[in-house]
Amino acid sequence: MPAERILTRNVGRPDSTTLAAYEANGGYQALRKAVGSMTPDGLTEEVKKSGLRGRGGAGFPTGLKWSFMPKEVDPKRPHYFLINADESEPGTFKDRLLMEQDPHLVLEGTLLGAYAIRASVAYIYIRGEFVHGAAVLERAIAEATAKRYAGKNVLGGGWSCELVVHRGAGAYICGEETALMSSLEGDRGYPRLKPPFPAASGVWKCPTTINNVETVANIPFIVERGAAWFSSVGKPPKNTGPKLYCLSGHVKRPGVYEAPLGLPMRELIEELGGGMLHTDRPLKAVIPGGSSVPVLRADECDLDLDFDSLMAKGTMLGSAGIMVMDSSVCMVAAMARIAHFYHHESCGQCTPCREGCGWLERILNRIETGLGLPSDLDLLLSVSDNIMGNTICALGDAAAMPTISFVKKFEEEFRHHIEHKTCLTGTLAMQGVR
Amino acid sequence: MIFDAAFESAVDAIVAKYPQPKAAVLPVLWEVQKRMGFIDTAAEAWVAQRLGVAPAHVHGCVTFYTMYKQRPSGRYHVQVCTTLSCMLRGSDELVTHLERRLGVPVGGTTPDGKFSLVRVECLGSCDTAPMFQLNDDYHENLTLEKVDRLLESLS
Repeated sequence: MPAERILTRNVGRPDSTTLAAYEANGGYQALRKAVGSMTPDGLTEEVKKSGLRGRGGAGFPTGLKWSFMPKEVDPKRPHYFLINADESEPGTFKDRLLMEQDPHLVLEGTLLGAYAIRASVAYIYIRGEFVHGAAVLERAIAEATAKRYAGKNVLGGGWSCELVVHRGAGAYICGEETALMSSLEGDRGYPRLKPPFPAASGVWKCPTTINNVETVANIPFIVERGAAWFSSVGKPPKNTGPKLYCLSGHVKRPGVYEAPLGLPMRELIEELGGGMLHTDRPLKAVIPGGSSVPVLRADECDLDLDFDSLMAKGTMLGSAGIMVMDSSVCMVAAMARIAHFYHHESCGQCTPCREGCGWLERILNRIETGLGLPSDLDLLLSVSDNIMGNTICALGDAAAMPTISFVKKFEEEFRHHIEHKTCLTGTLAMQGVR
Repeated sequence: MIFDAAFESAVDAIVAKYPQPKAAVLPVLWEVQKRMGFIDTAAEAWVAQRLGVAPAHVHGCVTFYTMYKQRPSGRYHVQVCTTLSCMLRGSDELVTHLERRLGVPVGGTTPDGKFSLVRVECLGSCDTAPMFQLNDDYHENLTLEKVDRLLESLS
């Protein structure tokens, strides 16, 4: 039996972006309940009990994050709630679905989070390319504000909260929470050292909480149905609630699939995704959490897609971007493409990342084109090792971790490229090389 | 001149959304680009002066964020995603086809100024790969035939 659709219950319904349709399906009742009968700390406590972990990539407990905020607002240092809608991790497209198809769910979750942390304004930082999603959100905010779900004196309860859409302009790094704050302040998207953590000193040096779109989309359901219900979904106690999985690559039916946390990967690929795209090309590898996480070989794919199961296998759920690769894929070409991404997106602040990602891309490209040296595999590992842990943010690690895993798990393919100047798969690779 | 009274009031409305005017740099640059099609140094200087930051700061933002254009692009700006999921589903073939069809290499603009072609990083549309963004709009699940039909339909 397919699991109940929670987060995507309005997706695909007629007029799903309108306030009327959202209200008709029980929308904004959670906000009414919270503002009417719950204290901010009571709401935070409920979210803590639910076990909700952040859906942006790190899996940090949401209620705990909220609890780091000051319990009283210093008028000189207002609290800010930031929604990370910068969704740019390769392989990830779930937040876009929510924003484009159920914007009021995103807004209700945003308002609840803002209420819990005592913020009077929430900025939704959406990547610049999502022109359509930003327009949908703007319209929804106008509707919600007109009905006093947002703006001054929300539902007559005395608390006010403005909602503002802030568009990025093309920079992957702005999905990193401190870079997002820099960008919102009008600077280049440069990450900042932590501490200070955002709850102590965030945007404009004020107490700040940053949550992912999908994370806040869970909040209305926690309020409505209770923490006990939420924590019974998925794999309690540490991997609870519904989850959106982004399936792409060589499957018949790529798409966003909702399931309780802990969905078996085989079920996602073979049942929900309809199996491999080409029946004569078996599964070769899967990147389970967006391109920043270590790759899994086909023989490692009998596992559940949740934070801890993937951690136990040396990789991560990340943003739940599951990228499926079949036997035609040259792993050198695939990794070279990933390295190109990180080199392109490195903000340039930290030398190990700025230079190291360039080294990775160049070395991988020369292996890919048949010009690799026998020492190159060690060099890739050495460069990766010199990036990891030596930068302000995790972008460098996000380039190094897949590199290490690709080289170690598919070493034979890399060696073949170097020794024979040809590719074992011979399909995607060796373009322009004789 | 784009910096007329209407533009001034648009800028005022943007600045009002933030506790500090510098936060308006990105949204105001979007407004400039919407009106001019690109952002030149004169516009950067205007924005800097208006928001009380250095021209170099504004230029730093224009060069950091890839969606700001420092020169005009084609009327139809084709931005092909070639990151891994799209690559797996044929984005490189799509780029080659577009280069041949439009007669310009990646990074180029057709002599009539109608089309410009660029490769971009992941656009968050991996389930509908291969795809490109044409000006503001996503075009998904592309085939070479679909691309040809689309290009022919554009005046």
